[in-house]
Amino acid sequence: MSAVTTSFQNPAAAWHLPSRGKVAMAGLIIAESAIFTIFVVAYLFYLGKSVTGPTPSEVLETPILYTICLLSSSLTIHLAAKSLERDYRRLFLGFWLLTIALGGLFLYGTAQEWHRLIYERGLTISTNLFGTTYYSLVGLHAFHVTAGLIMLLMVATFGFIGRMGVSQSGRVAVLSMYWHFVDAVWVVVFTVVYVLGR
Amino acid sequence: MLMLRMKSSLRFFEQTILLLFWSATAVWAGEPKGSASHGTNIFAPASTPANSIADLSVFVLVITGIIFVVVFALLIYSVVKFRGRAMDSGREPAQVYGSTQIELAWTIIPILIVVVLFLATARVIHAIEDAPEPAGAVEVTVIGHQYWWEFRYPKLGIVTANELHIPVSDLGHPTPTFLQLLSADTDHSFWVPELAGKTDLIPNHPNRMWMDPQRTGLFVGQCAQYCGTQHAKMLLRISVDRADDFVAWVHAQQKPAAEDAAAIAGRRVFEGNACMNCHTVAGTSANGRFGPDLTHLMSRTTIAAGAAENTHDKLRLWIQNPGAIKPGSLMPAMKLSDADLNAVVSYMETLQ
Amino acid sequence: MSSNVITVPVSQTEARPWVDELHQWLTTVDHKRLGILYIVSSLLFLALGGVEALIIRIQLMHSHNNFVSPEVFNRMFTMHGTTMIFFVAMPILFGFANYLVPLMIGARDMAFPRLNAFSFWLSFLGGLLLYFSFLGGSGLYGAGSAPDVGWWSYAPLGARAFSPGHSSDYWTLALLVSGFGSIGTAINIIATILCLRCPGMKIKRMPLLVWMNLVMAGMVLLAITPLSAAQIMLLIDRYLGGHFFDTQAGGSAVLWMHFFWIFGHPEVYVLIIPCFAFMSEIIPVFSRKPIFGYPVMVAATVCIAFVSMSVWAHHMFTIGMNSYANSFFTLTTMAVGVPTGIKIFNWIGTIWGGRIQFKTPMLFSIGFLFQFLIAGLTGIMMAASPFDWQLSLSYFVVAHFHYVIVGGILFALFAAFYYWYPKMTGRMLSERLGEWHFWLFLIGFHLTFDVMHVPGLLGMPRRIYTYEPGRGWDTLNLLITIGAFTQAIAILVFVANLIISYFKGAEAGNDPWDAWTLEWSISSPPPAYNFATVPTVVSRRPLWDLKHPEDPDSRYE
Repeated sequence: MSAVTTSFQNPAAAWHLPSRGKVAMAGLIIAESAIFTIFVVAYLFYLGKSVTGPTPSEVLETPILYTICLLSSSLTIHLAAKSLERDYRRLFLGFWLLTIALGGLFLYGTAQEWHRLIYERGLTISTNLFGTTYYSLVGLHAFHVTAGLIMLLMVATFGFIGRMGVSQSGRVAVLSMYWHFVDAVWVVVFTVVYVLGR
Repeated sequence: MLMLRMKSSLRFFEQTILLLFWSATAVWAGEPKGSASHGTNIFAPASTPANSIADLSVFVLVITGIIFVVVFALLIYSVVKFRGRAMDSGREPAQVYGSTQIELAWTIIPILIVVVLFLATARVIHAIEDAPEPAGAVEVTVIGHQYWWEFRYPKLGIVTANELHIPVSDLGHPTPTFLQLLSADTDHSFWVPELAGKTDLIPNHPNRMWMDPQRTGLFVGQCAQYCGTQHAKMLLRISVDRADDFVAWVHAQQKPAAEDAAAIAGRRVFEGNACMNCHTVAGTSANGRFGPDLTHLMSRTTIAAGAAENTHDKLRLWIQNPGAIKPGSLMPAMKLSDADLNAVVSYMETLQ
Repeated sequence: MSSNVITVPVSQTEARPWVDELHQWLTTVDHKRLGILYIVSSLLFLALGGVEALIIRIQLMHSHNNFVSPEVFNRMFTMHGTTMIFFVAMPILFGFANYLVPLMIGARDMAFPRLNAFSFWLSFLGGLLLYFSFLGGSGLYGAGSAPDVGWWSYAPLGARAFSPGHSSDYWTLALLVSGFGSIGTAINIIATILCLRCPGMKIKRMPLLVWMNLVMAGMVLLAITPLSAAQIMLLIDRYLGGHFFDTQAGGSAVLWMHFFWIFGHPEVYVLIIPCFAFMSEIIPVFSRKPIFGYPVMVAATVCIAFVSMSVWAHHMFTIGMNSYANSFFTLTTMAVGVPTGIKIFNWIGTIWGGRIQFKTPMLFSIGFLFQFLIAGLTGIMMAASPFDWQLSLSYFVVAHFHYVIVGGILFALFAAFYYWYPKMTGRMLSERLGEWHFWLFLIGFHLTFDVMHVPGLLGMPRRIYTYEPGRGWDTLNLLITIGAFTQAIAILVFVANLIISYFKGAEAGNDPWDAWTLEWSISSPPPAYNFATVPTVVSRRPLWDLKHPEDPDSRYE
């Protein structure tokens, strides 16, 4: 038998540290921002440098409706999180599902846009520099929306089986940080691709 | 062209350091140091850009040398003076946590050193990079290939490979050579240490460099940016010629390929196999651009970008099986019969 | 002042069957075990990378050698660089961070133990994927299908057109996978440090090792991600017909360089800052004084982190940027030398007035100080871009960065090994073998890397599988090779020490070095839960206060 002795003063008074979920998500957001920044830089750098093929102004149509959908979903997820903090479970689930629907609509809009670009305007990722940078940037964002939607669906499932309550509001807050980030990235991508780029 | 202006005493000190450095490093170099053949020692500059760099380098070395001596002395002193002795065990020394004044001192002094170094450096950057091209300059377009150098003199109508001829330049009446650097495939870097710092050849990104060699002779270098399997054998030979020799060389290069009736069989082999798809022989139907221009092949002392001497045997071996000399080279083994091979080599040897 | 004394009995258990033990190790989420897994796997990759280095050195021993073909040589230097940076240096530093950070902040584990395990296995499997490349292509004897594009994989060399086959893909995927592992670990370190500190451990009371790992983790988030982004772009080029770096379609090879070095330069600070951390813990203990200028050390580290994000194009001085760009990067590169130099002065200030104990950790620390000083000064030389137009891409640069990585980082790691091995295993490493290790390695290191500067000054470029005789490079290269083998022998002595001491080393006890941070307050090795009661601290050196209640740090801070 061996003994380990420790001798310290009694635990001090209130010692408050940030929540690890929020810190971790902030870290992830910083890292992801760096990745997106590189893709945005590539997009901006290559504007006007394509040797052939369609240019942005020739083929792009501003996706106002789907942008509104995605940005509104930030509002609905915020309302969902607030509802859960007060343990209004049905209200939470309602807003949550609305968020998923709006996010899903956004993805549908992206898919529609890509279908039109590929089949009607002949722009693919290998067509020219614009095609490469456009599909990569918008695609990277859409990938992050998809990953977010999968997480949201998981939470919705937990909501349906009655497992989401006020004790989960911390985790929901962390997830909604991610969702807000995805929306913020869309604001940047939208500005760069559909406003500046044309 | 701007040169670093120093007080004469400091300049003398620096020239002494430069000379000491050159001597010390020259001990290692095996090349004879006459005007005939030069080495690759960055402290044996023979051209203004290389000179400016060497001067700046000595200045930087002196400053960093002083820093090293001071800090190293402090380190050795502290390690020796404050070593613990047996009788000390159990007693702890004074627990000093820091000193604002000392911290300020050793922050401000380095900042000042950085300012001085930066200003000295910025002058040289500008002097070399932003040097205007004078009227009498020789212009060469260098195109990097895997694994050889293409040299085109657009104003003189010359195309050659791997071995560059440029005129010697006199500081009073400068005749520098300005090089435009392009690449046909991947990244390369043009480095002849005694004539200039290196500059990269990057596809879709033209670069420019210049040199004004003040000594005649052969200067050597090689590709410095990893470009693939035979990066190591992309050697550079620059022949700095007296003005009249340079003019003679130009005239010889401007002529189309020599026509020698005795070599007609070899020429038929050359044109009948795929050789002309890659190589140019001016004045014939061979006008490929993938491989070196062979119009004046025999005017070069080496083949395969310096991988072999330009002798009968090596030339024959190269054509028969390039992989034996430079495995990974993009020239395919042509699989010629012995008769065809001999004929082609004879033809090549007429291309003076 | 009352104190709690808690006795925690540790009961004996029967030796478990080895399968169980292996299962425990494979499924562990304990930061200490994961730390050891990181360290041991790094040592394995160190051996592989070392063999690659020796092959390079044998080939370069004299001009026109043909020990290996150019194809094999090019794979060797690519694999050597990639292995050492991504599968030795980064993981071993993550390993030490994993082991030490929770202990030093009085926590029971990292913030996310399962993410911790996931990150380790991603990292390790990335390494295995890279080495799997040896089994493709022309077979093991021809070094298989291992990547041969240099560890930077410059465009367009890494494109499909110039790298057909899969060798480039192994490089890209292995680094992408392990890169995600690194990001996971960085997030974990940040969350642990910000969220799990024991009561009383305010940010300004954290040990410098904790501070520096926090800064390092922050840098990882911003440095590794540009490389990941660039590699995704490269994969899009190679597999989806993209044109990011396709110069024929208007793409830019220079853009790859920018993205790579925006990663590459902060990366080397990611590697050195944890080594600064080791020095900042070890030098004070063996000088018997606190670190000189704790706040300045923190400020300098943060300053380095920021400034180092602005220097990247000093790796690109030869690509033809205009004089303003070259001047800017010259200035920022020289500027980052200021906070770095300040740290060296602070370490000397720590030694000054102390009572130095020349145990093995201190020997390696003094070696670090000497070598890091020189490495920093050769860095300043290359910061002057015209000087760099000669030195870049030559053996001078190779000598410089090995001086930092081997003379700096590896020496600091050796110090850390000798210092914390007792804590991790409960046994002391042999001082005698440690001294043999130190002196042999020192001699070999200087023989190789001091001499290596000279061929660079004499015009020898890097990444060449052979060279011309008559350039004056032959004798120098022979000396370099001899030094390399000397270092290899020293490493064998080190490994022998690690193994022999595990079984026969003297018992360490809790606190063999009479040190002052929290990890020395618990047993060696620590129990799984680290601390029976979470400690409370009131100063930067909690154990100093306990041992010297008449003169505690808390009075002065």
